[in-house]
Amino acid sequence: MAFPRPRPARPELPRQRVQTLQCGQGAVRAARFNADGNYCLTCGSDKTVKLWNPHKGTALRTYQGHGYEVLDAAGSFDNSQICSGGADKAVALWDVTTGQVVRKYRGHAGKVNCVQFNQEATVIVSGSIDSTVRCWDCRSRRPDPIQVLDEAKDGISSVKLSAYEILTGSVDGRVRRYDLRTGQLCSDYIGSPITSVCFSKDGQCVLAASLDSTLRLLDKDTGELLGEYTGHRSTTYRLDCVLNEQDTHVGCASEDGHVYFWDLVE
Amino acid sequence: MAAVESSDSEEDLVSYGSALQPLQEGERIKKPVPLQEQTVKDAKGRYQRFHGAFTGGFSAGYFNTVGTKEGWTPSAFVSSRQKRADRTILGPEDFMDEEDLSEFGIAPKDITTTDDFASKAKDRIKEKARQIAGVVAPIPGMNAFDDLIGPSKITIGVELLRKMGWKEGQGIGPRVKRKPCRQKPDPTVKIYGCALPPGLSEGSEDEEDEYQPENVTFAPKDVMPVDLTPKENVHGLGYKGLDPSQALFGVSGREHLNLFTGGSEETNNLLGDLKHSKGRKLGITGQAFGVGALEEEDDDIYATDTLSKYDTVLKDEEPGDGLYGWTAPKQYKSKKRSEKEFKYIGKVLAGFSLASKSSAPIKIYPPPSLPRNYRPVHYFRPVVAGNENCHLQKALKESTGKLESDPTHQSRHALTAAQRREQLGEAELKGPAPSILEYLSEKDRERLKEVKQASEQQVKAKIVPQQSPNSRFQSASPEDATLKWQRQLGGQLANAGSSDFKPFAKDPEKQKRYENFVKSLKQGEKDTLERFLDPNMTEWERGREKEEFFRAAIFYRSSNSTLSSRFTRAKYEDDVDKVEVPRDQEKDIDDKETAVKMKMFGRLTRDKFEWHPDKLLCKRFNVRDPYPDSSIVGLPKVKRDKYSVFNFLTVSEPATSVTQAKNEKIQESSSLNKPKKSSRWDVSDKEKEKKDSISEFISLARSKTDVQQQPPVPATEKCGTGTSETLPTVVTDEDKNQEEESGRPPMDLFKAIFVSSSDEKSSSSEEESDEEQQPATSQTASETTKQVDIPDSSSSNIQESVTATTDSGVSSLPTSKQELDATEEFGPKLPPAFFSGRFCKHLDRKEKHRKFREKHKAKKEHKRKKEKKKKHKKQKNKGKHKNKKSEKDSSSDTTDSSDSLSDMDTTGLSPKELLRR
Repeated sequence: MAFPRPRPARPELPRQRVQTLQCGQGAVRAARFNADGNYCLTCGSDKTVKLWNPHKGTALRTYQGHGYEVLDAAGSFDNSQICSGGADKAVALWDVTTGQVVRKYRGHAGKVNCVQFNQEATVIVSGSIDSTVRCWDCRSRRPDPIQVLDEAKDGISSVKLSAYEILTGSVDGRVRRYDLRTGQLCSDYIGSPITSVCFSKDGQCVLAASLDSTLRLLDKDTGELLGEYTGHRSTTYRLDCVLNEQDTHVGCASEDGHVYFWDLVE
Repeated sequence: MAAVESSDSEEDLVSYGSALQPLQEGERIKKPVPLQEQTVKDAKGRYQRFHGAFTGGFSAGYFNTVGTKEGWTPSAFVSSRQKRADRTILGPEDFMDEEDLSEFGIAPKDITTTDDFASKAKDRIKEKARQIAGVVAPIPGMNAFDDLIGPSKITIGVELLRKMGWKEGQGIGPRVKRKPCRQKPDPTVKIYGCALPPGLSEGSEDEEDEYQPENVTFAPKDVMPVDLTPKENVHGLGYKGLDPSQALFGVSGREHLNLFTGGSEETNNLLGDLKHSKGRKLGITGQAFGVGALEEEDDDIYATDTLSKYDTVLKDEEPGDGLYGWTAPKQYKSKKRSEKEFKYIGKVLAGFSLASKSSAPIKIYPPPSLPRNYRPVHYFRPVVAGNENCHLQKALKESTGKLESDPTHQSRHALTAAQRREQLGEAELKGPAPSILEYLSEKDRERLKEVKQASEQQVKAKIVPQQSPNSRFQSASPEDATLKWQRQLGGQLANAGSSDFKPFAKDPEKQKRYENFVKSLKQGEKDTLERFLDPNMTEWERGREKEEFFRAAIFYRSSNSTLSSRFTRAKYEDDVDKVEVPRDQEKDIDDKETAVKMKMFGRLTRDKFEWHPDKLLCKRFNVRDPYPDSSIVGLPKVKRDKYSVFNFLTVSEPATSVTQAKNEKIQESSSLNKPKKSSRWDVSDKEKEKKDSISEFISLARSKTDVQQQPPVPATEKCGTGTSETLPTVVTDEDKNQEEESGRPPMDLFKAIFVSSSDEKSSSSEEESDEEQQPATSQTASETTKQVDIPDSSSSNIQESVTATTDSGVSSLPTSKQELDATEEFGPKLPPAFFSGRFCKHLDRKEKHRKFREKHKAKKEHKRKKEKKKKHKKQKNKGKHKNKKSEKDSSSDTTDSSDSLSDMDTTGLSPKELLRR
């Protein structure tokens, strides 16, 4: 139900629809741009991931291999690989050109809600409904995760990575930030189940969307509330939120079928 | 000449050989290769300089070094990390050149005949030599044993020949018509002594031929190979040493000779004067020794005799010649006559020939004569109660531990370990009890006995009428006796449970006999066993049945012991209820919620933990490991009580404050009266001042804690679940309004903790009033000062209603139901031991055996109260609380403890329940 993330926004907000892709995948669970924004991926409930050129509206390749609907996908920085996670509890690593599954990581006990590559595409971090975040190694062939982050008390709805941080949003109403550099776990209590988290581009803030129809911008270091954005409706579904490229606007999908934008500083 | 040369044309010149190529311009004249540089090279272009004999004759390597043109380079280093396993073993071939392996090298690789397939000719000679040596050897015939032992290896040639029909001892070649004459004396060879009359010898040959069938062909005679053993001694040619037996023990030798004198007349003739020189006992004659003075013939001294004249092999025919020990050459002129005397006269089948030797008569051994009193039927002797019984008794005794018998009768080896221990006066080892019954309480045992007795009586009553029609098989007296014994021994047997075990249930009569048998065994009546067996049975049948009974009895014992072996004592009592739990818990939600409500994000809503990323994860993220020395991954963990609810729950603030204190108590159970130590579990100062009255109360209570008091682990569980559930409903409203009040738990909590559950003194009539009192108490809970003064009875009753739901019946059901629901709601987060179903079960069990505990508790409590009376009044009051609490703990121990069979648990259980579990 997530909407395509808006492209890196120019100072003015995107106001018109450029392209509509007829995916033919049933319900599209997620749509993601690749690293440079030239391609996008759609995750269908028909167990496939499709790669598109959204500017031309052409389907480039279909990735089949999941056992159940695909819930999230992400492309690597060099566009050579795709990772996806689905309701089949598996995380798959795809080769973009061949369309084959390179590896499949099994270990989650529930649906995999979100997957992310790290910056160098050496690790896939996946968050699952089983309340664990698992870090899978793409380099070695070991089948078990490098580390399991099982601090969450409820399902993980969103995972984001920075160069040295893992940001997770969980249904238990907490945003957790694992800092690999300092070896710390910062857990911020929001209260309402978190649907989506993201870093700001400057890496100073964390944006968290929760099911109380509120977006909150938190200071990353102290956890203080910098801004609150309301007006949209988000009470049931896992909807994404973003900050634009210049950190000037906050965007979020709403259950009324619109995408809402807020000025960051109001 | 010069003129001629100059004038003459080319015709005059004579040229030899081919002309050199005309030199071209600028070309340098090739220098001839100097001698020292004219080298010989092999096919590979390597120098093959000739050395002296001592240096090997040819060059090896690079100028006889291990180096190469580029210098000495060891073989390229290959890491053996991967292929450590398949390290190759270098053989000499690895260091050899190809030429060495060629046809003419030192190790030719061409196919050559191996020893297995080489012709056996050489070996045969060796054999001969060995045979000869065997004769000469100090122990004659020794080598024969070697042959016996030696491996029988047949060469492929021999095998092929055999396939073609060749047999050992035959010659090779086309079969001949006539039997070839044996090795006749070579006509050229001189015969020593007087020759046989020609007629006689020829005649004998002819005679022999007469008996040969016309159409029979024979294989040619085997050709004896030439013995090529070198002569190593200084003896004359063909000399064989004396046969010591012959040469030294002349008498025997002569006797031996005499045996064959008749048959070997001619051979004696051959030896010439042997007969004449009979006076000489021993004589060494033969050519090797030259011509003796007594011999007439001296003209042939220098006659050269060929080797073929000498016999090189001891043949079968030889014994006939009677020349043992004599080494002189002899001729095959043997003993035909003796054989002829009993030769078979008749026709011989084609392909068969008459046996040359008559077969030895077969020795017949007569069967052993039977003893006089032998009877062909075996009767089993009646078992005379000996050691067998002793063993069985031992087994039975071990199973029950009840059977007494005098150890004096038993031999040293028949003693059990226990008996030996008794005799030696050693202390009993602490081991697993041999039977379940030891785990049971006295009372249970008695009751068991009663039950068993009753059932046995019933069985007997059934069996007795059954038996009456069958009485013709059994004499009445043992039957009566057994019945009597059963009544007598009812109690004893009940323990053994023999009536439960019916190996012969199909045959009631047999079963009966078996039971009697076992019984008498237990009584130690060894000799009377016989009479329980059916007298109509044969001896053999009895014996068999007895065997069966023994087996059955032993089997019964083993089954009993297997049952007891199912239970074992706990080995690690300390660690079982510990579990690893994250050291730092995320702080409780409530205050955060309020903070969120007030939009006070930041310090209030943030928890910071030490978190250890995996080393590999750091590597993959290109981040330096923040904790390079730690082996922890994730959050640091600590060991906690397994059954502490707080490992799995985050409870509302007031509840934690109390239970935290409890946890502290567990941790600091040794340090009792110390001032309160600040620990991680302690709440912050801000929180503390909110509820200092409570903490004071708790610390006071803790200071009174008995050392012997068990850590109230299950109690905390229960109260934790209870309070955490009830608190939001009852108290949270108040919390929001009054911050002060929120710090304080409601009275229910204290009741849940400090009130005895199984206080049976509180009458059941009060139970109805509990429900009315409950809301009241929750109200009073807000009053801080009153909490100590709340009457014991009412608070205890509330707890009572929880634990003794089944007792109180319908009226108290709703409340208890609530409690159960509460636990159920927390179920998914809790370990399975706390599921409500389990809880109910515990309650069931508890109800059943409350009586036991009741008594026990009452007594205990009484005692404790007495002790406390001396103390300060306030303290006494609290002490009471403590007492109750401890009792509650112990009681909830039994109810909530896990499956492990603690002694306390099992005492309250009937064996049936035990088994069900």
